[in-house]
Amino acid sequence: MDIFLQQIINGLVQGSIYALVALGYTMVYGIMGLINFAHGEVVMIGTLVTISVAGFLIKAGMPVMFAGLAGLTVSVLVCMALGWGLERVAYRPLRNAPRLTPLITAIGMSIVLQNVAMIIWGRNYLTFPALLPSVAFEFAGAHFTAVQVIIVLVSALTMLALLFLIYRTRLGMAMRATSQNPAVASLMGVNINRVIAAAFIIGSALGALAGVMVGTYYEIAHYQMGFMLGLKAFTAAVLGGIGNLAGAMLGGILLGLIEALGAGYIGDLTGGFLGSHYQDIFAFLVLIVVLMFKPSGLFGEKTGDRA
Amino acid sequence: MAEPLLQANHVAKHFGGVKALRDVSLRIGEGEIYGLIGPNGAGKTTFFNCLTGLYIPDGGGFVFAGQPLLADAPHQAAERGIARTFQNIRLFGNMTALENVMVGRHVRTCGGVWGAILQNSATRSEEAAIERRAIDLLHYVRIEERADDLAKNLSYGDQRRLEIARALATDPKLLCLDEPAAGMNHTETAELRELIDGIRRDGTTVLLIEHDVKLVMGLCDRVAVLDYGALVIEDVPAVVQKDQRVIEAYLGA
Amino acid sequence: MSKWLNPRSAFGLTLIIVALLALPFVAALGGQAWVRILNFAILYVFLALGLNIVVGFAGLLDLGYIAFYAVGAYTYALLASPHFGLHWPFWVILPCGAAIACFFGVILGSPTLKLRGDYLAIVTLGFGEIVRIFMNNLNAPINITNGAQGITLIDPVAIGDLRFSTTTHILGVSLSGPQKYYYLLLALAILVIVINLRLQNSRIGRAWQAIREDEIAAKAVGINTRNLKLLAFAMGASFGGVAGGVFSAMQGFVSPESFSLIESIMILAMVVLGGMGHIPGVILGAVLLSILPEALRYGVGPIQMAVFGKMLVDPESLRMLIFGLALVLVMRFKPAGLWPSPERKRAAPAAGASHG
Repeated sequence: MDIFLQQIINGLVQGSIYALVALGYTMVYGIMGLINFAHGEVVMIGTLVTISVAGFLIKAGMPVMFAGLAGLTVSVLVCMALGWGLERVAYRPLRNAPRLTPLITAIGMSIVLQNVAMIIWGRNYLTFPALLPSVAFEFAGAHFTAVQVIIVLVSALTMLALLFLIYRTRLGMAMRATSQNPAVASLMGVNINRVIAAAFIIGSALGALAGVMVGTYYEIAHYQMGFMLGLKAFTAAVLGGIGNLAGAMLGGILLGLIEALGAGYIGDLTGGFLGSHYQDIFAFLVLIVVLMFKPSGLFGEKTGDRA
Repeated sequence: MAEPLLQANHVAKHFGGVKALRDVSLRIGEGEIYGLIGPNGAGKTTFFNCLTGLYIPDGGGFVFAGQPLLADAPHQAAERGIARTFQNIRLFGNMTALENVMVGRHVRTCGGVWGAILQNSATRSEEAAIERRAIDLLHYVRIEERADDLAKNLSYGDQRRLEIARALATDPKLLCLDEPAAGMNHTETAELRELIDGIRRDGTTVLLIEHDVKLVMGLCDRVAVLDYGALVIEDVPAVVQKDQRVIEAYLGA
Repeated sequence: MSKWLNPRSAFGLTLIIVALLALPFVAALGGQAWVRILNFAILYVFLALGLNIVVGFAGLLDLGYIAFYAVGAYTYALLASPHFGLHWPFWVILPCGAAIACFFGVILGSPTLKLRGDYLAIVTLGFGEIVRIFMNNLNAPINITNGAQGITLIDPVAIGDLRFSTTTHILGVSLSGPQKYYYLLLALAILVIVINLRLQNSRIGRAWQAIREDEIAAKAVGINTRNLKLLAFAMGASFGGVAGGVFSAMQGFVSPESFSLIESIMILAMVVLGGMGHIPGVILGAVLLSILPEALRYGVGPIQMAVFGKMLVDPESLRMLIFGLALVLVMRFKPAGLWPSPERKRAAPAAGASHG
C-alpha cells in the first residue's frame, strides 16, 4: 500500500510537469493546428538558462532563494522571447503552406535549438543548483519532499491563472475565438498575429517554469532533455484531447500517474517478465488504447465527418 | 407506380436535442426526377447523408432496388448504385479533372496492386477502358477541354459539372444532387437543367435537393417538401405548389 | 511514365545509367567511406519511397516508420547470425522481413487508421518508440534481441560463393564489399521506383490520392477507405522491412540506437523536403538529406581550421546546426518542397480553348 501512495505522489509531481509543458503544445495546436516540435527544446533552454543565471549569482554571493528567483525570471523572459521569435521567424511565413511544411520546420528548429544549446552549454550533464531546502516529509509510509509539494502547488496555481486568462480576459476570448475559426475571428476584429504570438509566448513561459521544475526535481540537466519530455507532454496533450486546455492538464496528470504506477507494478503484473525499464512504453500504450476508443482524446471535441 | 427504386421508411436522425429528421418516408420510382425541397435547415442534406451512409439513422432505414441498405458503409452505397454530389463541392483538388472522373470508376473496376506493378494485359486494358469512359463522361458534361486541368483550378460551374461526371462514373441507378444550381446564373442553370434532363433520359433516376423552386417545379416529376425535419407533402409539382402548408412553410416566405 | 520512354530523353537516360554504374568507382577514389555514404543515400531513397506511398500518396502521417525498418533489420539479424546460430540465406530472409514488417503494419494500422491526421502521427510515433524500447530490453528473461548491445557478426549478403563482405576480382576489376552492396541497393532502389511510378498511375494509386484529397468524397464514390489506407500502410511497412534487412547485412551489426525517433523524422523530412508525392522530388530529398550531414562532417572541421586557424565550435554540433537550419530555410522558401509535382498540363489543343 505504501508503494501505491508513493507512486501516486511521484506520479502527481511528474504529471504536473507534463501538464505545464502539454499546455504549450495544446495552445499552439488549438489555435493554428501545428505540432510545435520545438517546444520541448524551449523547456530545455529554460532549464539551462536557470542553471547559468542562478549558478552565477550564487557564486557572486547572492542568497540561494533570490538567485533562484532571478534565474527563474530570466529564464521565463528568455523563453518568452524565444517562443515569440520562433513564431515570428519560422512559423509565421508558413501560415498558408501545405500541412506538413511547418511540421518539418518545427523539427528543423528543434535540431537547431538542441545544437545551439550544446554549443553554449556543452555535451555534459549539468548539475542544477539546489534552490530549495531539501526537507522531507513522511505520510502514511510514503515519503515526499518540499520540492515535490512546491512543484504541485505552483503548477496548480499557474494552471488556474491560465484558465482565468483564457476564460476571463479579452485576450483569452480572442484566443478562443481564433481557435474556433480564424477567418471569422479576424473579421470580428481579432488581430490573429497577436493572438498566435500570445499563444507562443504564454506557452513558452509555462515551458520555462516547467523547465525550472524539472531541474529542481531531478537536479540534473542536459541539452537533449527536452526531446523525451516534449514527446511525453505532447502525448499527454493528445491523451486529453489536443486543443483543450483542461484536457492537457488532466492528460498530463493522468500520464504522470500511469507512468509511476506502471513502473511500480509492471514487474508484478507480468510475473517479472517485464521490468521497470519498460516505464516509457506506458505513455504510448495508454495513448494508443485511449485513441482506439475515443478517437479525439479523453476530453476532445468530437469532430465527426461533415458532408 | 411500379416497384419503387428507393424506399425511405420512417427515417429519423437527431443531433443532441435537435431532431433533424423525424419519421421521413418517401418512395422514389425508377426513372423519376424527384425533388426534395424545404427551407434552410429542414433536413434535406441530413437525409442525403443518411441515404449515402455518412450518417447512421437513429430510426428507420432505406430499401434500395428491393434490398435494404446497410447503414454505416458509405462505400457500399456507391457499390449498390447510389452516387451523390455535395452542396459545397468536394472534388479531389490536386488531381486533374480526368483523374477525378477516373476515381469514380473505382467501384466498377477491380485492378489491384499486383496488376499495377506487373502491368499485365488485363490491367492495361482495364486502365484504358477507365480512361476512355472518363473522357466520354467529361464530354457528356461538356468540360472535355478541361480534362488535364487540376480540379481546384476549374471555374465554379465546371466544378459542379465535374462532380456530376464523377458521380456518373460509378454507374449509379440513383444520382443524388445536393443543390447543384447553387450560385449559378440563369444561363448556367438552364444548361444544368438540360444536363439533368439528359441524365434521366439516359436511364438514371435523379434525386434533387434544390433551393431554386422554379428549377425544381419545372424539372421534377414529383416533389417532397421537408420542414423542421418532417415530411410536409409528397406529390406532383402542380399539387405541391398549391398546397397551403407548403406555401406557409416555404414558398410564402 | 511516357516521359521515360520519350526518345528525346533516351540519351539522358543512358547517361544517367552510365553515371550510376560508374559512381561507386568515382566515390572509391575518395575512399571506401564515400562508397558507404553513397550506399546509405540509396538505402534512404528506398526508405523514403516506401514512406512516400504512405505519406505522399495516401496522405497518412506516419512518424513511426522506422519501426518497420527495425523489424526488418532484427529479422535479418536473428536469422543470420551466431546469436541463435541461424544462417539463412538473404533471399529467404528479405521476404520474411517484409512479411513480418507488413504484419506489424496491419496490427498497428487496423485499429488506428480511422484517426485524424495528427492523432495518427502521434500514435505511430508512440508505436515506433514501443518497438525500440522492446528491442532495447528484450534480453531478459529470455535473450531475444541482446538488449542495448545489439547483435553482432551478422552474415553479409552472399550469392553462391560471392560474399559481399570481401573484395573480389572480376574480369580484372576489383570490386570492394561496399561497391557490391551499391549495385544490390541500386537494383532494389530501381525496383521500388518502378513500383512507385506504376502504382501512382493505377486504380489503387488514384484511390489513395483521392483519400488524401478528400476522404468523404472518396467514400462517396465507393472507395473502401479503411482497406485502402491499410494497404498503403502495409506496403510502406513491407518496404521498410526489406530496407532494414539490407541495412543489417551491410552493417553486420544492429542495435536499438539505429532506430530512434529522429530516424523516422529524418525519413519524413526527406519525403516532405523533396516534394511529397512527387517521386523525383522524394529521391532528391533522400539523397540530399543523407549526403548533406556526411558532407558537412568532412567540411565543417577543416573549413573552421582554414578560416579561424582553430576549432571554434564542436564540428558535430555545427554540422547538425547547419542541417537544422537547412530544413527550416528550405521549408521557408520552398514550402511545397524542393522539387514538387509540376502542375500537370497536356499541351492543350489550340482551337476551342476559348470555350467556357
